[in-house]
Amino acid sequence: MKQDTIHINGLSIGYHSKSSTKLVAKDIHSTIYSGELTCLLGANGVGKSTLLRTLSAFQPKLGGEILVLGKDIDAYSDKELSTTIGVVLTDKCEIRNMSVRELVGMGRSPYTGFWGKLSKDDKRIVEESIALVRIGELASRMVHTLSDGERQKVMIAKALAQETPIIYLDEPTAFLDFPSKVEIMQLLHHLTRQTNKTIFMSTHDLELALQISDKIWLMDKANGISTGTPEDLALSGHLSNFFARKGIVFDKETGLFRIDNQFSRQVRLVGHGQKYAMVRKALQRNGILANREVESNIWIETGDLKTSGFIIHETSGSTYTPLTIEELLAYFDIEKS
Amino acid sequence: MRHSNTLWMLAIIAAIFVLIFLNLVLGSVSIPLQSVWHIIWNSGDEPITWQNIIWKSRLPQALTALVAGAGLSISGLQMQTVFRNPLAGPSVLGISSGASMGVAFVVLLSGSLGGVALSKLGFMGEIALSIAAVIGSLSVMALIVYVSQKVKGNVTLLIIGVMIGYVANAVIGVLKFFSVEEDIRAYVIWGLGSFARVSGNQMMLFVFLMTILIPLSFLLIKTMNLMLLGDSYARNLGLNIKQARLLVITSAGVLTAIVTAYCGPIIFLGLAVPHLCRAIFQTSDHRILMPAVLFVGAALALICNLIARMPGFEGALPVNSVTALVGAPVVASVLFRKRKNELNE
Repeated sequence: MKQDTIHINGLSIGYHSKSSTKLVAKDIHSTIYSGELTCLLGANGVGKSTLLRTLSAFQPKLGGEILVLGKDIDAYSDKELSTTIGVVLTDKCEIRNMSVRELVGMGRSPYTGFWGKLSKDDKRIVEESIALVRIGELASRMVHTLSDGERQKVMIAKALAQETPIIYLDEPTAFLDFPSKVEIMQLLHHLTRQTNKTIFMSTHDLELALQISDKIWLMDKANGISTGTPEDLALSGHLSNFFARKGIVFDKETGLFRIDNQFSRQVRLVGHGQKYAMVRKALQRNGILANREVESNIWIETGDLKTSGFIIHETSGSTYTPLTIEELLAYFDIEKS
Repeated sequence: MRHSNTLWMLAIIAAIFVLIFLNLVLGSVSIPLQSVWHIIWNSGDEPITWQNIIWKSRLPQALTALVAGAGLSISGLQMQTVFRNPLAGPSVLGISSGASMGVAFVVLLSGSLGGVALSKLGFMGEIALSIAAVIGSLSVMALIVYVSQKVKGNVTLLIIGVMIGYVANAVIGVLKFFSVEEDIRAYVIWGLGSFARVSGNQMMLFVFLMTILIPLSFLLIKTMNLMLLGDSYARNLGLNIKQARLLVITSAGVLTAIVTAYCGPIIFLGLAVPHLCRAIFQTSDHRILMPAVLFVGAALALICNLIARMPGFEGALPVNSVTALVGAPVVASVLFRKRKNELNE
């Protein structure tokens, strides 16, 4: 059951200082829904963090309106906010001598009494949060002995223990290796389905965001913010415009980005399936455009996974059969020189 | 609390009682154990000089060491938490330099301007010193608190604090330059720190103040736990950062100011005890750390006082030398051993 949890009307964000006001972005209109993973994409310095900080009330907005669950964000007290919005940040928090369970327990702070002692209910919620993020085996470990990815999961568990309907994450995957990135993103996606929370995160991981998130916010200096499902944004051309830079092309067929290579020659490639795709990819990287449509004197037959090796049909009619793609590339290298 | 933690805590409390007793028994004048026991329970006829030594010298000294050690250690823990810096301690924000400056003004100027060497004033001089130290440290603290509300980063605040300390020391240097030798000596001796200076009524007031202030600092336990997470996370969990910083710095500052006023700038304890406790109790939870630093700080101060008064030294050994000489190797070895264990895990 989707609900529009956050409404943004004509929002301007930036920084006030004594002498001047630095406007980072203005006229932002948008909505964030519950039960969805929304990803905020944009180049460095475009104001993603400022937007997130403004939405979490860490800094005042310059103008416009943010409605959180139908109520203006300025009308919330610190205490109410702490039970409405949970955050996970990029920076590693340097905590020593604190166990994972204790740290997740800190998420209960808005609900605990004067001394911060956890009640039975609090403890149950902590264990549930740990289970949701699937870090049960880490629960007794000290936080400073964890890897970056594990630590981020702990912070997500903390946000879950906070029991807020909304969770903001500021580049939670920034310092993680690829498998951890995927794991965190899938976890977040899974959580939106399982808990119907509103999860909004900023990220630089285009590919993952396009594959996993329900909604994308593209933030750009020139065009402001455009929002939609990744697929709609692809169809409308927003995505390709957005990342229209030298060296990156948006491949409309796959809906993903790839690096734009300058091709020095073309080779006809015959085959299908995985082997076809791999040969195509390897040749592309080496500046050779290879596919079925190309006409060339020399052509490559990839066969399928049942046949071994690849067959290169030379102009003279003779054939050469490299066993690996490495050998195949070596052949084209020699031929070139 | 873990089972082993409770045991540790009980052991340390027991050690404190033993140490207080040792502080009463050991000293440059040897009083038999049995007589000490009689004097404490006011039974038997022990020589009046012995009674005076116990009641007017050794007991006040032990109590002073106890509360001073506890106060400085709590102050150190609070500073380390609020600045999230393991090198922070009571002296880091220039608060003890402020106290020194106050004392320097009184000691050094009274000679040069008033024509009376303060060291000759006796009891009145002592009170003047305490008041000067409190005024000096609290005014530096007020400045720091004011700055803490203006600047955002903790590191900036820390640097400003250190700068204020330098300014205070520079002022002291200038004062010293224009002072007579006798006063400089008096000032230097104050600067070495001592638990023995506080006597009689002053000790009562000191202990009274500390027994009010130390429990007050315990009210900040949840606040300090949240501060461990860093400003952003703490704020998100509903903590008012500015107010929290104000309260914790004020608490730490007042504790340091009062201890420094009575005992001189005692170094090392405030920095080392929190580290020692984290190593022993393996936690950052202030619900355990606060009582832990209180007890360990008190015990360590009593040990240092004992050593400073060992027969042979005739009470001549300055407390500051002892705290550092005894404490530094102990703390270093504990931390070193802990680090090795961590690596072996």
